[in-house]
Amino acid sequence: MESGFGSDFGGSGGGKLDPGVIMEQVKVQIAVANAQELLQRMTDKCFRKCIGKPGGSLDNSEQKCIAMCMDRYMDAWNTVSRAYNSRLQRERANM
Amino acid sequence: MEASWSTPPPSPSSSSPPQSSPGAADPQLRRFVEVETQRQRAQQLVHHLTELCWEKCVDKPGPRLDRRAEVCLVNCVERFIDTSQFILNRLEQTHRARPLLSGSLAD
Repeated sequence: MESGFGSDFGGSGGGKLDPGVIMEQVKVQIAVANAQELLQRMTDKCFRKCIGKPGGSLDNSEQKCIAMCMDRYMDAWNTVSRAYNSRLQRERANM
Repeated sequence: MEASWSTPPPSPSSSSPPQSSPGAADPQLRRFVEVETQRQRAQQLVHHLTELCWEKCVDKPGPRLDRRAEVCLVNCVERFIDTSQFILNRLEQTHRARPLLSGSLAD
């Protein structure tokens, strides 16, 4: 199996690939990818909200804004996730 | 027609083509891939919705997410899904009257 994720799938001992190990490693890779996705969007949004005209460095107010923005974005993400999942459940209950 | 936002549970009889590699034939792995693929699709949508709804609902980031913003975010998710369903339904209706993919478009 091609290591498209760039990691060993537990078969380096030469022989059988343990499905359990593969699944665990894939889950980790997926979690990492999701965290990266979240970070990228958060950075984008907070840059837009907090940085006006880019100066020579990030001043104190900008840094404070970014810190708050990060936490609010996480709050928003959690709220959206909850809302989406409950809507999904509601739809499945009606099917 | 299936909504892009919904992730229905995978059917036991998967419609995926038979694989030649031994790992993919493993039913446990196949099931795992189905479940994780769905979960990822849902995750991607949550990322996307958060982006969209953040723009609509959060003006200035404060020390906490106020009640108004919370309500807005929830409404945003619901209305997005409503929009998606509306579009699919209407497409289906107009499709019955005038097929979209037959005739000129399919040539």
